[in-house]
Amino acid sequence: MWKATIKVMLKKSVLDPQGQAVQKALHALGYKNVPDVRIGKYLEVKVDGSDRDAVAAQVREMCERLLANMVIEDYTFELTEGN
Amino acid sequence: MKFGVVVFPGSNCDLDAYHVLRDVLGQPVEYLWHQEERVEGFDCLVLPGGFSYGDYLRCGAIARFSPVMNAVVDFANRGGFVIGICNGFQVLLEAGLLPGALYRNTNLQFRCQFTYLVTENIATPFTGLVQPGRVLKIPIAHGEGNYYVDQETLCAMQERGQIVFRYATPDGKVTAEANPNGSLENIAGVCNEGKNVLGMMPHPERAGETALGSTDGLVIFQSIIRQWEDGR
Repeated sequence: MWKATIKVMLKKSVLDPQGQAVQKALHALGYKNVPDVRIGKYLEVKVDGSDRDAVAAQVREMCERLLANMVIEDYTFELTEGN
Repeated sequence: MKFGVVVFPGSNCDLDAYHVLRDVLGQPVEYLWHQEERVEGFDCLVLPGGFSYGDYLRCGAIARFSPVMNAVVDFANRGGFVIGICNGFQVLLEAGLLPGALYRNTNLQFRCQFTYLVTENIATPFTGLVQPGRVLKIPIAHGEGNYYVDQETLCAMQERGQIVFRYATPDGKVTAEANPNGSLENIAGVCNEGKNVLGMMPHPERAGETALGSTDGLVIFQSIIRQWEDGR
């Protein structure tokens, strides 16, 4: 069993309206030294399989077919073995 | 001409589309459940608005894998007319039938209001009856209608006439103030290269009767009907 921890973020070139709103809220709380906030998605996906490379290839495929929209988002992930 | 209105779990404008097509325009129309794998016998498919699969993950991301979508993609690739409205537009983008993506409105608001549209291309099957210069008053209702596409694709789309509608002022000026959601270049609707697939955030099916405040949405369906009749 593997656990893929996946982060999906809007591409740098895409404006993040949620991140901007949270940045303004942090400024309102006095944290003036926050120049940027970006909000993304965090997913934990458990995958059965023995071969690390094969599982990684599968996770990449999952990200590109469903979990991320490659027009506006980028993804990164890490694989850890065990539960 | 026979219309099919695709119904996903969570669609909620399917009845409106059906009503306008059958009762206002007098066209044969049937619902197509998302589990349906065949779309034979239909001349135009409507993907309605709503919150298919609860908008989980991303709007339209899960609906695009519904069994019916393989048939919709085949139908579109054979030149069949497909119109996606609001959530239906999001599904068409996720399915790769149209370029670009829709995400959170820059103002973070769910906007439910009338918008005014200029038609950039009146030479599509969906806009053939729109008089040049006419401004269409059609409502929107969405939180994720902010259209994005990379610059290179945008240029190619402009050259090919794929930008169909832009948000404008009531007198037809495309301004930042008239943009309700932050869409790139005020884009409200786009079509594919073949011009047989249209996606738009405004709801033409909600602008089909005087009692609703506008009948400007009818021209889009009437254009499709005219195009189909001319092509027979």
